[in-house]
Amino acid sequence: MTSYAIQRVLLLIPTLFFVALITFVLARAAPGSPFDKNQDRPLPPAAIERLNNVYGLNKPMYEQFVIFLGNAVRFEFGSSFVRDRSVSDIIKSQFPVSAQLGVQALLLALTIALPLGVVSALRHNTAVDYGSLLFATIGTTIPSFVLGIFAIYIFAVNLHWLPVFGWGTWDKMVLPTVILSLGPMAFLTRITRASMLEAIRQDYVRTARAKGLAERTVIVGHAMKNAMIPVATVLGPFTAFLITGSFLIETVFSVPGIGREFVRSIGSRDYPLIMGVFLLFAFIIAVANLTVDLVYGMLDPRIKVGK
Amino acid sequence: MATVDRPLTGAERAAALNVLARKQRSLAGDAFERLRKNRAAMLGLFIILVAGIAAAFAPLVAPFDPLTTFDEAGRANPSLREPLWGNPKYVDARHPFGTDQIGRDILSRLIWGARVSMVVGFVPVAMVFMIGVSIGMLAGYRGGRTDQLLMRLTDIIYAFPDLLFVIIIMATLRNHWLGEILGGLVLLFGAIAIVNWVGMARLVRGQVLSLKEKEYVEAARTIGATDLRIMANHLLPNSLSPVIVAVAFAIPGAILTEAALGFLGIGIKPPTATWGSMMNEGYQVFSTTPWPVMLPAICVSVLMLSFTFVGDGLRDALDPRMKGTQ
Repeated sequence: MTSYAIQRVLLLIPTLFFVALITFVLARAAPGSPFDKNQDRPLPPAAIERLNNVYGLNKPMYEQFVIFLGNAVRFEFGSSFVRDRSVSDIIKSQFPVSAQLGVQALLLALTIALPLGVVSALRHNTAVDYGSLLFATIGTTIPSFVLGIFAIYIFAVNLHWLPVFGWGTWDKMVLPTVILSLGPMAFLTRITRASMLEAIRQDYVRTARAKGLAERTVIVGHAMKNAMIPVATVLGPFTAFLITGSFLIETVFSVPGIGREFVRSIGSRDYPLIMGVFLLFAFIIAVANLTVDLVYGMLDPRIKVGK
Repeated sequence: MATVDRPLTGAERAAALNVLARKQRSLAGDAFERLRKNRAAMLGLFIILVAGIAAAFAPLVAPFDPLTTFDEAGRANPSLREPLWGNPKYVDARHPFGTDQIGRDILSRLIWGARVSMVVGFVPVAMVFMIGVSIGMLAGYRGGRTDQLLMRLTDIIYAFPDLLFVIIIMATLRNHWLGEILGGLVLLFGAIAIVNWVGMARLVRGQVLSLKEKEYVEAARTIGATDLRIMANHLLPNSLSPVIVAVAFAIPGAILTEAALGFLGIGIKPPTATWGSMMNEGYQVFSTTPWPVMLPAICVSVLMLSFTFVGDGLRDALDPRMKGTQ
């Protein structure tokens, strides 16, 4: 187990290295230099030469990559081309908003999906079950930003219940949080239901009933305890989903998080910001996946880790 | 069939004889029969067919050119028209779904947009299918270095959510000459294919790994079949079921990717009508009128649901044991 864990942690290094390499190559392949913005009044060649010197853009490619890598490790991505701030500054001030949105959405998804999945498994093939399956299908099929558009139309434009845009007060947080949580909620419901359906047919559940345990103890203590293992494993990819889903949702609801900043930086071709945020996302996702894989091994001793 | 150690009753005997008398059906025929009985899947298939026909014959079906702007002086808002069910003051019967903020007919743009969605749904997935199946087959059958390389590549690509990877490719290369071919369509195909082929390859690899130890493969090898023949005639047909299901879900995935990119403004270049870019443009006038954004959003949702119904139906039809557990 320990050697497997060490191996997995070490595997993070080549993965992140390749991520950085891809990012670097793509950013360099993108046309246009940061200094040719003003087409009408191009900078004199001497000035461009000096700027290139300052930013190290005339060094050989591999050297630039090494510098880029060194800076990335220290969480330094240079200055935004568009805003007069450093990229790490922008990330530090806006990431907490996205993190809050993501955590709220994940908690909401868990609170609703787990009971719903368990109940629909216990009431297999009843109206409750079909209802939650329908919900799960819609929630996993229709993309979150489209659901966001529908939600704005219904709750903000027609019913005037909630404000549409912004962040900060609870009423502004309701729609983005609920909409962002719907996808994971639907998916979690599906998995919990499937996993629970399998668990209640196992021999150990029959044994628990046979020795006269209360139904509640059988379900909660025996069936659910085991049914939760597959559920735990999808929480890693969800971190990914909540992060990537969030830039669409933040754009739809004008939430001032790192996701909307990322979308804006794409629009204005602010490459240092694009790269910085992308690397940050990749790092978070890689760590989340790793954590889940390791936890999985601890939760379920039947899983042979290390193949 | 289970053996019965007692005399058969008349009804049982009749049933058994019926089975024998029944017309012989292939596995695929059986699966098709099961699919045909699935009402949701049939509805989905019908909607996809309608959208596909509209997309194929867009120039004939659409009432107007999707790029022509209809401006009229003297109107309160010269370009934007409400759909027939909207505010009657701004309705124009020639444009049943209204027009967008620069006066383009929304119905025509939706029909032309379906064309983009269908192309984006099918072309990259066909690429993914071909690349993924051949590499997965090779990796699973031969093992060794191809296999090692594939597994390492998967580790890296799995480290990202698909959408994020496509976005970073589109964002950086959109203004590169690569991104200019066919208004960015080729770059979009490439981006979707690059991100998705690995999953397909891994799926096929897993199938092949379990199939290649089967007796019929061994038998084929014994009578001297070449590797190519074993792969094409034995391994491929037998590993196809999960691949078909994966393809059925990859198509809406690709359509969704286009819609999301278009909504973010980094999809296919304007003024081409795509459902994604229509949502992007319509979103800017959401507070004036919701329909320019709502109509493409509804189209995307309906098409997504249709593909999911068909995908679910295919999975149940091809592997009836899985039914109801997912």
